[in-house]
Amino acid sequence: MLDYLWLIPALPFAGFIILAIIGARMPRPVAATIGAGSVGISALVALSIAAAFITAPPHGHVYTQLLWEWISVGGFKPDIALTIDALSLVMVLVIAGVGFMIHLYSTESMAGEKEGYSRFFAYMNLFVGSMLTLVLADNLLLLYLGWEGVGLCSYLLIGFWYKDPANGRAAMKAFIVTRVGDASMAVGLFILYHNLGTLQIHEVLVRAALQWPSGLPLAIAAAALLLGGAVGKSAQLPLQTWLPDAMAGPTPVSALIHAATMVTAGVYLIARTHVLFTLAPQVQLAVAVIGAATLLLAGISALTQWDIKRALAYSTMSQIGYMFLALGVGAWSAAIFHFMVHAFFKALLFLSAGVVIDALHHERDMFKMGGLRLQLPFAFWCFLIGSASLSALPLITAGFYSKDLILWETLTSASGSPWLWAAGLAGALLTSIYAFRMVFLIFYGKPHSDAPRQRADHSGLRIRIPLITLAVLSLIGGFVQLPETLGNLPLFSEFITTTLPATASISNTFSEGTMQYLSGSISLFGVFIAYIFFLYNPLYARNFVEKPFGYALHCFLYGGWNFDRLYDALFVRPFVLAARANKRDVIDLLYRLIALLHIVSNHLLSAAQSGLVRRYAFGIAIGAIIIIGMVVLR
Amino acid sequence: MMTFFYISAAVALTSSVLAISRSNAVHALLYAIVSLLSVALIFFMLGAPFAAALEVVIYAGAIMVLFVFVIMMISSGPGSIQQERRWMNFRLWIGPSVLSTVLIIELFAVMSLPREPLSARPVIESKQVGIALMGPYMLGVELSSLLLTAGLVGAYHLGKRKRDDSQMEDVTIHD
Amino acid sequence: MTNVPAEYGLILAAMLFAIGLAGVLARRNIIFLLLSIEIMLNAAGLAFISAGSKWGQADGQVMFIFILVMAAAEVSVGLAIVLQLFHRIRTVNSDEANTMRG
Repeated sequence: MLDYLWLIPALPFAGFIILAIIGARMPRPVAATIGAGSVGISALVALSIAAAFITAPPHGHVYTQLLWEWISVGGFKPDIALTIDALSLVMVLVIAGVGFMIHLYSTESMAGEKEGYSRFFAYMNLFVGSMLTLVLADNLLLLYLGWEGVGLCSYLLIGFWYKDPANGRAAMKAFIVTRVGDASMAVGLFILYHNLGTLQIHEVLVRAALQWPSGLPLAIAAAALLLGGAVGKSAQLPLQTWLPDAMAGPTPVSALIHAATMVTAGVYLIARTHVLFTLAPQVQLAVAVIGAATLLLAGISALTQWDIKRALAYSTMSQIGYMFLALGVGAWSAAIFHFMVHAFFKALLFLSAGVVIDALHHERDMFKMGGLRLQLPFAFWCFLIGSASLSALPLITAGFYSKDLILWETLTSASGSPWLWAAGLAGALLTSIYAFRMVFLIFYGKPHSDAPRQRADHSGLRIRIPLITLAVLSLIGGFVQLPETLGNLPLFSEFITTTLPATASISNTFSEGTMQYLSGSISLFGVFIAYIFFLYNPLYARNFVEKPFGYALHCFLYGGWNFDRLYDALFVRPFVLAARANKRDVIDLLYRLIALLHIVSNHLLSAAQSGLVRRYAFGIAIGAIIIIGMVVLR
Repeated sequence: MMTFFYISAAVALTSSVLAISRSNAVHALLYAIVSLLSVALIFFMLGAPFAAALEVVIYAGAIMVLFVFVIMMISSGPGSIQQERRWMNFRLWIGPSVLSTVLIIELFAVMSLPREPLSARPVIESKQVGIALMGPYMLGVELSSLLLTAGLVGAYHLGKRKRDDSQMEDVTIHD
Repeated sequence: MTNVPAEYGLILAAMLFAIGLAGVLARRNIIFLLLSIEIMLNAAGLAFISAGSKWGQADGQVMFIFILVMAAAEVSVGLAIVLQLFHRIRTVNSDEANTMRG
């Protein structure tokens, strides 16, 4: 069964090729079947491989399948090889499973598009194939290939409606900002290869552990550069500016790429190369600090957004901050657990937001919505479940278990600290505030004048099935990892620790139960605050915003803490100035000089062609004299 | 003999200098003819009577006369003499004089002065020249005739003046 | 019998040649240009005759005949061209015929 590993990335790639070549001439149902079907079959294969892997794990809990030799130059021999172990199995299941749900959803939601239906599925399939390659890659070069592939598809899909130049700009911004991270990662790969002699992941980790003592500057450099790549792809500080603008793409794109999968590639990278990070404790601390800072920053900004999708984008940024926080304190399985649960509820949130947006004819401003729970009941329940899981409402939602695990391990881990835990807790409060702010603004309160009067819920089966599945998973997905106080069922972490190290904890003064009460009540408190400010008396918030200080603060936070303006002043302006100054390229000077030389000599020579016979005779006479002189003086 | 040589050499040089420096074209031509005649005399003294005859008959007699005809056709009387005076000034002669002097010096450097004593040398008669022409230099003779034919044809064509089209057509119709 | 040294003839030829060259370079009138060129050709012929006299052979005179033939052909064609040019530019100033300029 494990031999069919190669089918998992191959099927979406095949779908891409078919759709790219003849997709435009296919009838839509066929394109949809190929597009969604390839991912679906890939998901089925993944499930059966998972079943085989869990019931009869191969030796060392890892299985490698060599497909073919890619490059063999000198000692450098990266191959096209796929490796599956616990970590990549979880990733594959999430990517293929959630990906299939989203593909199914988009067969119906993209049906209203006039053109580009098959193009959409071609890009989506390419994306899923690249992402699967990324997580299944046996060596860092193949991983980088998948990395670049998902970056490309992100660009193609953000700018899907290419006729509007603003979408193109958003796509370019995403691509360029992640490129900075990619360049950093490439340099990291160079350092790794140069010093360790291989890029095969397992070998790299073994050799690094043997050859590099902890805290070696080389290890710090390599880990920091890989962190740079992860930060770019996962939209964390300082490369987070692209994610809110990436919401220009269609909603399924935002759900798949910018919520569930691509932005978590950074998390995967760090988890995969965890040995390098444990060898560079300073970098690991940086990971945690970046995670904590981003989750607070994005959480606060999410409170000020009026566009549904931008609010969800900041929410994604914040939740990935949690994953980074977990990775930074060494809580590896907690990070992956939160990744899985986050994929469920974030996809659910985006897809239900998509239903709302479509029903209101592409209206995204939450302040123009209100009281829609009667008109869109299905979307309401899905969105409510998603927000509940996001806010980690206690006990019933999957989000509670994952977020709580992260908070607990941040406090108790050997590399954890109370400050980070406090940041995480504050972030949890912010999360439930902004999540339920969205719920109350969209579905409660007085309906807006433009809102539809009666039930406008025309979603078909292909939209309902994925949403229901994701909603169920958002509720029960957490039950695979029950903490000691609530059932002690650490299935997930036991599975993950076959690949990643277990989290080392130190004992703490507080017990786990107390912490759970604390975090549970914090999230409920957040719901209450959201109720007060956005349902009970919206005037409190409005009065604050209308004062000058409040307004300035609102604008600052709305603009993502003005990072865009900072980068514009710091990087873009000087670069544009330099480009303008170099408009007549300095390097061209050499070539212009050569041309100038020729022109000048042409002018000089043509001065000799005066057209006057006497001058010519003069020239002949002088020439004759010179030649005779040479003969005479020889 | 040497005295005659020096006299005719002086005449040749003087008349050449005068030939190139006159403003009146006909005067210059006449001076050139004098120069040619004195050179013919020198030929005679060098033992080449046939060449001397040819020089007088062809060079001075035909070529220079051709020059006279052309000057007649294109000269505009006193106006042309004024023109020439205007075009010539002293500064004009500096460059050419310098170049000519350098050339003379170089040519002298190439040549060697006579070492052997003055001895009599044979006069080469026309008969010898004729035998040489029709013997070893036969090819040259043929080529010269070709050249002259070409010159004849070329001069005829180039000398034709462009008439109006109507008159050209008349000529063909009357065929 | 003659006893004029041939080298003197060569010297004279050199000086006539230089004089002709000076004429070519200094005069603007086309006719004078051609005239000066004729003087130079004559000087070359004198050089040949002198050489023939030195070696006592007829070859010098033969070469002189060829030079003469060439001068005749050149003058006839050249003057015909001068006539055509004169009809075009209406002056004998050789500096006016300068349209072929770079």
